[in-house]
Amino acid sequence: MLITTPNMAAPDDFYEALIDAHRDLSDEQSQALNARLVLLLANHIGDFAVLKEVLAAARSTLKHQP
Amino acid sequence: MRDYQSLEFEYRASPDQRAVEPVRHPVIVVGAGPVGLALAVDLAQRGVRTLVLDNDHKLSTGSRAICFAKRTLEIFDRLGCGDAMVDKGVSWSRGRVYFGADEVYAFDLLPEAGHERPAFINLQQYYVEGVLADRAAELADRLEIRWCNAVTGVEQRDDGVVLRVDTPDGPYALQADRVVACDGSRSAVRSLLGLESQGRVFRDRFLIADVTMHAPGFPAERRFWFDPPFHPGQSVLLHKQADDQWRVDFQLGWDADPVVEREPERIVPRVRALLASIGAGDTAFTIVWASVYTFACMRMASFRHGRVLFAGDAAHGVSPFGARGANSGVQDAENLAWKLAQVERGDAQGDAADALLDSYAREREHAADENILNSTRSTDFITPKSKVSRLFRDAVLDLSREFAFARRLVNSGRLSVPAVLDGSSLNTPDDARDAFDAALRPGAAAADAPLRRGAERSWLLRECGRDFTLLVFGRAPAWAQALPRTTTLAIDGSDVIDVDGHAAVRYGAQPGTAYLLRPDQHVCARWRTPNEAVVRAAIARACGHAALRSTEAVC
Repeated sequence: MLITTPNMAAPDDFYEALIDAHRDLSDEQSQALNARLVLLLANHIGDFAVLKEVLAAARSTLKHQP
Repeated sequence: MRDYQSLEFEYRASPDQRAVEPVRHPVIVVGAGPVGLALAVDLAQRGVRTLVLDNDHKLSTGSRAICFAKRTLEIFDRLGCGDAMVDKGVSWSRGRVYFGADEVYAFDLLPEAGHERPAFINLQQYYVEGVLADRAAELADRLEIRWCNAVTGVEQRDDGVVLRVDTPDGPYALQADRVVACDGSRSAVRSLLGLESQGRVFRDRFLIADVTMHAPGFPAERRFWFDPPFHPGQSVLLHKQADDQWRVDFQLGWDADPVVEREPERIVPRVRALLASIGAGDTAFTIVWASVYTFACMRMASFRHGRVLFAGDAAHGVSPFGARGANSGVQDAENLAWKLAQVERGDAQGDAADALLDSYAREREHAADENILNSTRSTDFITPKSKVSRLFRDAVLDLSREFAFARRLVNSGRLSVPAVLDGSSLNTPDDARDAFDAALRPGAAAADAPLRRGAERSWLLRECGRDFTLLVFGRAPAWAQALPRTTTLAIDGSDVIDVDGHAAVRYGAQPGTAYLLRPDQHVCARWRTPNEAVVRAAIARACGHAALRSTEAVC
């Protein structure tokens, strides 16, 4: 079951670290970094049922979907 | 071994060509490739008179399918051909995957001991066909191959099929109870019936070449490169075959010119660069065969159309990554052979005959879907179709250098394993009270294991009967003797000894556990405490007898 309620002890710290991780990267490098983040986090979660929920939740919030 | 590559088979006129009325044959197989020949040999071994028609008079031109999987070798063993192929072929189980210049992943497809056959052999297709053709010649009293016989017309009637056939002496007609089209991806039978194989065509081109070189130091391993320095931005695959031949496969991209790329002056520098990268830049080689190919993942909606059945590439197509083409075709043939034999011998009639032939179509359509799914996933990884797909692919490869988890995502081809025939109408589901592991559930291909019969070493699959086999762990019950069309094999009872305990582990055996194997060595039922009624019901069910479909009604 995907947790969508607050689950981080230090949300501001995480957000800052996330943006910092992209500092000085080109758009292309940032894309590559994001892909690596997705893959590492997905492996950490592991459970395919949860991962499917993640994909659906992310996609459902996109505006102007085909 | 004979020079099968240059072997030519003589066209011989048949008395059928002078007959006034089309002569009727029980089964006509169209196509003498590995699938058609395997099917014909299997049918003939089961006593069915079989006629094979082939539009050519030679075996495969070039090596083509080279990777023959363990399950396929076990089928060839049953056909009396396995030893000759394994002796000639190059056995391998290991694969290595490189990204750039570095190895990122290695796999072993058969990491456990106690199997007669390796995960794979590499053997040129013409050798496989040649060994099957030799075996067919031994069965000449029941099995005839007519070379230079091209099917030009197919007419399906209520009581049979009429074929129009063209020969060097002109056309003639034949009749058959049933026709099996094993005539490849451009199947003439399929198009003559107005049928199609549909799916996804991939916009990419690959150069495939066989080179002969003496390189005894190279291990017999499958090697796959993503984006190597000697062929940047594309993939490369290297395999060792018999006769010091090596198969190289270079991804070229969609814009490559298929005619120019086949020229030796284009191929030589590519091979030279590959060899230099593995420390063999000085090795002399000659190019013996080359082709530029594209591929599609597709299948027919149904593998049975009345009295005409489709098998192999005629029925379905996959990319080469995973060796799922010829292997799945031979597995089609073995699925169909025993069913067709039951129908032709009259053991299965009416609804049971229909149910059996339909079960061929459903089971192998299911297997084709699994092969296409695996093949499509591999292809999407090897040749990403969008920017984001490429982004994730390269991220996986980069991560795989550092992190073990990413190596499991690297997909250079998921290599052929037999499909589990889940959901087949021929399976008897496990009794809810019987605890079993999932691996050898009804529908799975039986696992091999080393056995001893008296003083002789033996193997579980070689001990199986030609029809059904009841494997019993412990003493066989007295009623097993009278089971129809069934060989009983008592392991650690009276017949054979499970020398290393592999059979007991693989089958999760307890004293009294029994597995019922179909003639194609797939499990169709299993029990912890079998009795005669449930075993008979399971045999009837596996023979297409819908009336006995419910085991509850019988016990």
